[in-house]
Amino acid sequence: MTDITIHYSYIIIIILLAIGLYGMLGKRNLIKKCIGLTIFQTAIFLFFIEGGLKDGGTVPVIDPSLGVEAINYINPLPHVMILTAIVVSTATTGVAMALLLKIYRKYNSLEEDVIMERMKE
Amino acid sequence: MIEHLPALIPVSLILFAFLAGFLRLVNPRLSRYSAILGALTAFVFSIVVTIDVLKNGSISYHFGNWPPPYGIEFVLDTLTCFMVLVITGIGSTLLMFPTKPGFMIDEQQQSPLYTLVLLLLTGLCGMVLSGDLFNVYVFMEISSLTTFALVSLGGPKAAVASFRYLIMASIGACCYLLGLGFIFFTVGSVNMADVLQLLPAVYDSPSIIGGALLMITGLGLKMALFPFHTWLPDAHSYAPPIVAALLAAVQIETSAYIAIRLLLNVFTPALMSDLLPITQIIGWLGAAGIIFGSVMAIAQTNFKRMLAYSTVAQVGFVTLGLGLANPLGMVGGILHILAHALMKSCLFLVAGSISHHSGITNIQDFQGLGRRMPWTMAAFTVAALSMIGIPPTAGFFSKWYLLLGSLDNNNWVFLVVILASTLLNAIYFFRLIEKIYSPGDAQVEAGTQSKDLPKNMLVPIIILAVAILLMGAVSVWLVNNLLMPVVGGL
Repeated sequence: MTDITIHYSYIIIIILLAIGLYGMLGKRNLIKKCIGLTIFQTAIFLFFIEGGLKDGGTVPVIDPSLGVEAINYINPLPHVMILTAIVVSTATTGVAMALLLKIYRKYNSLEEDVIMERMKE
Repeated sequence: MIEHLPALIPVSLILFAFLAGFLRLVNPRLSRYSAILGALTAFVFSIVVTIDVLKNGSISYHFGNWPPPYGIEFVLDTLTCFMVLVITGIGSTLLMFPTKPGFMIDEQQQSPLYTLVLLLLTGLCGMVLSGDLFNVYVFMEISSLTTFALVSLGGPKAAVASFRYLIMASIGACCYLLGLGFIFFTVGSVNMADVLQLLPAVYDSPSIIGGALLMITGLGLKMALFPFHTWLPDAHSYAPPIVAALLAAVQIETSAYIAIRLLLNVFTPALMSDLLPITQIIGWLGAAGIIFGSVMAIAQTNFKRMLAYSTVAQVGFVTLGLGLANPLGMVGGILHILAHALMKSCLFLVAGSISHHSGITNIQDFQGLGRRMPWTMAAFTVAALSMIGIPPTAGFFSKWYLLLGSLDNNNWVFLVVILASTLLNAIYFFRLIEKIYSPGDAQVEAGTQSKDLPKNMLVPIIILAVAILLMGAVSVWLVNNLLMPVVGGL
């Protein structure tokens, strides 16, 4: 039980991942799929941020009063990786929106069923 | 200069990508020439690097002189050289194909085509060269983002297909990133060589198995491994010909290469097989994909769609080789990357030029084309024979090594699958070849007597067809010098 209460954030991350996956694969509206994708990506960012956390660690800039012991500082690598991943996810959302614009101009709808119907014509 | 070559391969591509973007504003034609020049530069650099690696052994290039576990690293062994040669070589040949039939749009139109193509090649080269797991993700996303834009050039239907592909590919990339997180938080490093050394100490940790599974699933989505292939047929058949050729020939295969790299150099098969038979699972999925893709290809009436389904089958061969996890099988799988790249890009270019030239997209309209376009159809026949696996074409050699690999493992099911797929391939390609060389409708023929493609369209197609024939001659050299040094230790 204590494990669950300490690591409650991982459960939230799993719930977010599930919501995102459901949004992408279960919803028929293309915008909702996009929203699902963003939630899914954000959950992964949270996973990295949570994993990078360290009790008693501080900003990784050497502080003379703390010394150079690595134990006193947080590893900045997960945050840096996530910064890159955020850029990637923003770009993905941008491309997705551009595609949706192109689709909407042609088919006048963002419902997958309607688009399928109109594609056959 | 020579010691900076590993970095110069992607850098030259990215520089020419921006140059092509600026030149497009001046003159679209110049943009195309600069793109060809950029790809050829990268190709020449890869050749020089390969010669260097063959002479002096593997290169490890440290960015900013930071040593590997902390800094970013590019690693070049002979297998990497092989992949870089395939990517830049196929890329520069495909770029020689003219714009209008190649992208199905006018040169004058406002879209930075060549910038996107070169960025795609940059991403792929970066994925292959990168020596740490996170940079693979970054370069993978560069190549994916440009792919979405390039696929959507094929019109509104392609935009829908591209959006679906975007969702699936993003799930794949996210799975990879999540798996990377599992590995990183367990061993504390993302450098491939470092992870390999740190892994044995924590091998029974469930997060390693979870991480490996997530990463391989992510790559499986990207390379359209059998149950995850659903996005591929639409995306590849609606995309413009050059784009479809690039995707089928190099993009899909690069993801497969990353999976090979991971299972070969990070989670070594010997260690992995105690915990989870991951290579075997991949091999079986590949075998299922071969049968499924071939049967679906027979059912298609549209030529490009048939080629797209056949890509599902051909990726199966690469993963089947990976699943065998013995040197001969691996060699067959990796050699099939090159064979498939050559023949599929040749076939997609033929498909694109036929549909541009005479508006033919359906298989039943191929009647009598052999008379009207002798050179194009000769190239098509060579590629088709190679798809079936008839010696001395490229497809025969990769399948031969795969067969030897299955014999080595006493894996009779894989043996039967490879032979069955040869039969299925023969069904759908001989059907086409027979149509092409049977006499066509006399009236139609009289109107369009022997009008082969213009020279600028024909040249890249012929280059690829000749390469298919030549690959047979060099395959022994490739295997002994480039592939065996890396996979021989299995």
